[in-house]
Amino acid sequence: MSSPVIQVENLTKSYGSVEALRGVSFEVQEGEVFGLLGPNGAGKTTTVEILEGLRSADGGTARVCGLNPLEAGLRFKEEIGATLQSTALPEKIRVREALAMFSSFYGRRRNLQDLLRRFGLEEKRNAFYGQLSGGQKQRLALALAIVNEPRVLFLDEPTAGLDPQVRREIYDIIEELKQEKKTILLTTHYIEEAERLCDRVAVVDYGKVIALGTPRELKQRSAGTTRIEVRLARAPQDGALGKLEGVTDCKQFEDAWVLHSTRVPATIVALVKQLESDGNELASLEISSPTLEDVFLELTGRKLRD
Amino acid sequence: MRLALRTPVFIFFSLAMPLVFLFTFCGFFGRGKPYAIPYLLASVLALTVMGSFWGLSLQLVTYREMGILRRFHLAPVSAGALLASSILSNYLLTVPTVVVQFLLARWLFHMPSWGNLPGVVVMVTLGIVTFAALGLIVSSVTNTAQETQIINQALWLLFLLLSGATLPLPLFPGWLQKVAFYIPATYLVTGLQNVLVAGTSVMHLGADLLSLSVCALLAFIIAQQLFRWDPGEKAPRRARLWAASTIIPFLLLGAWETHRGSLRASAQSTFRSMERQAAPEELPH
Repeated sequence: MSSPVIQVENLTKSYGSVEALRGVSFEVQEGEVFGLLGPNGAGKTTTVEILEGLRSADGGTARVCGLNPLEAGLRFKEEIGATLQSTALPEKIRVREALAMFSSFYGRRRNLQDLLRRFGLEEKRNAFYGQLSGGQKQRLALALAIVNEPRVLFLDEPTAGLDPQVRREIYDIIEELKQEKKTILLTTHYIEEAERLCDRVAVVDYGKVIALGTPRELKQRSAGTTRIEVRLARAPQDGALGKLEGVTDCKQFEDAWVLHSTRVPATIVALVKQLESDGNELASLEISSPTLEDVFLELTGRKLRD
Repeated sequence: MRLALRTPVFIFFSLAMPLVFLFTFCGFFGRGKPYAIPYLLASVLALTVMGSFWGLSLQLVTYREMGILRRFHLAPVSAGALLASSILSNYLLTVPTVVVQFLLARWLFHMPSWGNLPGVVVMVTLGIVTFAALGLIVSSVTNTAQETQIINQALWLLFLLLSGATLPLPLFPGWLQKVAFYIPATYLVTGLQNVLVAGTSVMHLGADLLSLSVCALLAFIIAQQLFRWDPGEKAPRRARLWAASTIIPFLLLGAWETHRGSLRASAQSTFRSMERQAAPEELPH
């Protein structure tokens, strides 16, 4: 018996004339960490909010633990935990009070002392919410999300706006949660986050899922090719770069050209010769093995802002 | 449910202490006058009790706009529980002030009798609940803290001036007195006056009790229906209509009163009895 914990089929949602979701479908299995990766405005938050029961969808179905979040009411909320994109709490509430308060809402509760210790908030237990740093607030948000031992966790951009150091701390916490076999749905626009934390990733853009798979599977889509990013002093002749030896793909964005090549040395040599004959110059050159960024780029022709 | 009821008390205690001081100050200020303490105490208590709706409406709207209510929405908290617990914590905060005012009136200003204590308790409780509920209604139809402030101000002025809390009702011209009985605040004031001055028992409070109770209940139910968790969700136009319907009991009563005049008469007699009790040299001319 392994029916998916989260099931989304053909979700659509518009805000006035803006189509936020245009048919999103995916499934999340129990114990999985599933990522929704995409740029801002792709529809990630809307999807999560529908799953949390905070918003209604215009069309399609969303089921969490077999329940319709919007109609299942309070019982449903006992089973889930979530962090919002921006968690807001009253400035003057103390950390331990916030934990006690939220935990009082639920039937099932964790030991609050343990929570404080685990999230490194013990020293700050009496501090006012307004006094906490960004990272501490986020840790508190995470603590509040699991205060009821939820089956499913929704984390909406859990590290947005945080320093890299703090981000890594949060990743550690999320990985611990993963060990506890919780089902986690995570949204992010950070590649590194998706690659490191997620078992499977759905790449979302403009309200649609454009790719779905494990990070490895997705990267293998651009497999066999190496990515070469080139910046030139002057624009090259139309199509010239695409005709270079070994090049399978050539796209431009902003001031750089991204080539994919199956035979990198040959391509480089051809490139240099081409530039010489054109009287052009190489401003910079980067060679890298494919990342999810490339996947996104390939699929949409745009860069995933980082 | 009980769990949810416990909650905003924390927040209120850490945030609202200054508010408590404000109320106490108002209480003292109102007590500056020398004569006929019970009558005045009625006004003072009424003002304190009515102040309920200020803080509550502002707080809810602010919380909503800040996204705090949103976070609560994720938890199994119902709108009703949230509203009920805000009223409860408001009550717990207001009661100490009322008690202090009462005791000071007795000891410092030598108020002759306690009035009808159970009656006082009932009126005060009912008053706090009713006006808190009215505050909730205000918060269901406003979108920003600014709007809320404006509406609060307007209502407060209305209550202050027309209810008989500042200027005694019998001193108003006849037509204005009739108008006064269309406002909830007036019933609170006359109710308090009755229990404090005339020592009226709870049984006889009739109209005052009824109108306030019905208003409170209506206001609560409507506030619950209209409740919004998300910031930026504009209140639908019909919401304002619904909110306005809380006035209906008072419109009905006001009309009845205009016709019958019994409450006005009792307000008059309460006032006269107060005057009679005052020392001759203190009577206003």
